Amino acid sequence: MRPVLLIDFGSTFTKVTAVDLDEEVLLGHASAFTTVDHDIGDGLALAIKQLEQKTGALSYEYRLACSSAAGGLRMMVSGLVPELTAEAGRLAALGAGAKITRIFTHRLGRRDLALIEANPPDILLLTGGTDGGNRAVITDNASALARLSVRFPVIIAGNRDASDDCEDLLRDFEVTVCPNVMPRFNKLNVEPVQRAIRSLFLTHIIRARGMTKATSLLSGILMPTPSAVLSAVKLLATGTEREAGIGELFAVDVGGATTDVYSIAEGHPTDVSVVLKGLEEPYAKRTVEGDIGMRYSASGINDVVGTENLAAKAGVSEDDVRHYLANIADDKAYVPTADDPNSVLLDLALASSAVDIATTRHAGTLEEAYTTSGIVYVQTGKDLRAIRHILLTGGSVIHASDPKSIAEHALYSEESPLSLRPLEAEIWLDENYILAAMGVLAERESDIALRLMKRELKSLGMSAARMSALKA
Amino acid sequence: MQESNRKKLVIGVIGADVHAVGIRILDYAFTDAGFDVTNLGVMVSQEEYIGAAIETNADAIVVSSLYGHGELDCRGLRDKCDEAGLEGILLYVGGNIVVGKQEFSDVEKRFHAMGFNRVFPPGTPPETTIYWLKKDLGVEEGASRTTD
Repeated sequence: MRPVLLIDFGSTFTKVTAVDLDEEVLLGHASAFTTVDHDIGDGLALAIKQLEQKTGALSYEYRLACSSAAGGLRMMVSGLVPELTAEAGRLAALGAGAKITRIFTHRLGRRDLALIEANPPDILLLTGGTDGGNRAVITDNASALARLSVRFPVIIAGNRDASDDCEDLLRDFEVTVCPNVMPRFNKLNVEPVQRAIRSLFLTHIIRARGMTKATSLLSGILMPTPSAVLSAVKLLATGTEREAGIGELFAVDVGGATTDVYSIAEGHPTDVSVVLKGLEEPYAKRTVEGDIGMRYSASGINDVVGTENLAAKAGVSEDDVRHYLANIADDKAYVPTADDPNSVLLDLALASSAVDIATTRHAGTLEEAYTTSGIVYVQTGKDLRAIRHILLTGGSVIHASDPKSIAEHALYSEESPLSLRPLEAEIWLDENYILAAMGVLAERESDIALRLMKRELKSLGMSAARMSALKA
Repeated sequence: MQESNRKKLVIGVIGADVHAVGIRILDYAFTDAGFDVTNLGVMVSQEEYIGAAIETNADAIVVSSLYGHGELDCRGLRDKCDEAGLEGILLYVGGNIVVGKQEFSDVEKRFHAMGFNRVFPPGTPPETTIYWLKKDLGVEEGASRTTD
């Protein structure tokens, strides 16, 4: 037996998973409250103790971890045009597992600088201008940042002509210079920035968060948790040199505060008559909906869907909805029970709506345009209609009464016909919550991580067809 | 590869116009003449020209329109450029920019009034546009390609 320990330091729970590399099996998992206030190692020790009560004492070959504790990796992005370099920077940071606390466009003003000063990020990504393009704004922004009284790591990834000047201006900061996130108009180059974020996370952020005591226990906290999840779903979709993946994939992680969506797909137009518009999007794309979640952000779902529709969806009265939202606002750890059937129905309605809203925002859109040459379709973002796998995860939904029907809300719907979501798909459930652990394990043993996921993720079968085809 | 000395153009076909071939020819001809070209392709909105011109620090926006609705599509572009901080950027338009048989001098006058610096009639060869671009942008003949 060659046991390894995989740890996910979450904001609320520290989750541990033990895997035997020899037999390629999950030995068990357990969780305990994260103890970030004094020593994060306390919560970890408790979780391991619970784990080993089930598995017996284990001697780990190595321990690997990811973390979203202590607020996660908080980043700010400063770009030029909102739809262009600022958006490219946003996509890059999200794909690296960051939580984006602020996006600035054009020149940083006095109020922007005050915001940064009041709540400095873990990392600021400074971009703006294509290579050879605008250099005035990014340079001005670098000199504005240099006047701040706070210091934090800065990644410079804008117009290459301005990089040297920006680096000189920010010499008091920990600066990493990367190739431009948008080197040419609408061309995206996120990987170098993502590698830089990862490296800063390892060298600076963990240390700054008082996690060093725990790291002495570990072979390393490798990445932010969302980055581990993205890595796992990418591995599951694309496979390795020796082991095939399951193909293009759409994954939804419904949390208490946010809903994360991942698509591992090219998303190119499926028809030559389609005109593609807007910034290109990454093959492995992550989005986060900060206003959509099952507890902290349940009111956000209500704001989007409306109390009337939530009530209709759950088959309860509007007063029931208001009452329930007030209850879960007070008790964020509330878990619906069979004693209160309304709560089960309402949680199902909330989860379905969360999946619906977050996947609609993630997927590309198709619009009809009438031209002198007839109807032309204009695509923005990724066309995900051909994806045939949907994976559902998230502590608050994997134990729901009907996870399949929740996941089916990630499918194409005639109610929002412009949103290019999968037409039909096999639904997968991460019922043992292993994705983050597998993403971390994949750093060392990608074949084993992939085989474990293929075995442990539970297929709930093909979706009920919501739509046979779209005319385009 | 010293690109930053080259004059930068943003080009594209405006509005609900899908004529894809001409803009590629212009892309090729302008690039060959020594310009740094960002080609937005077909069905380009005013906002796209402006966003691209800001990020690329463009010296000129060259608008093509081939389906006769150019006058509607181009209205307000100069004002939006001013709003976006692109005051004084060179604006060209050309193609089949209006419907029917109209006197070109009238058409030209109307587009000048809309803030376009130069207006080109149907059938203008790329060389003509290149000639005016070089003149208006102060590119010395023969100097533009030495940086290639």
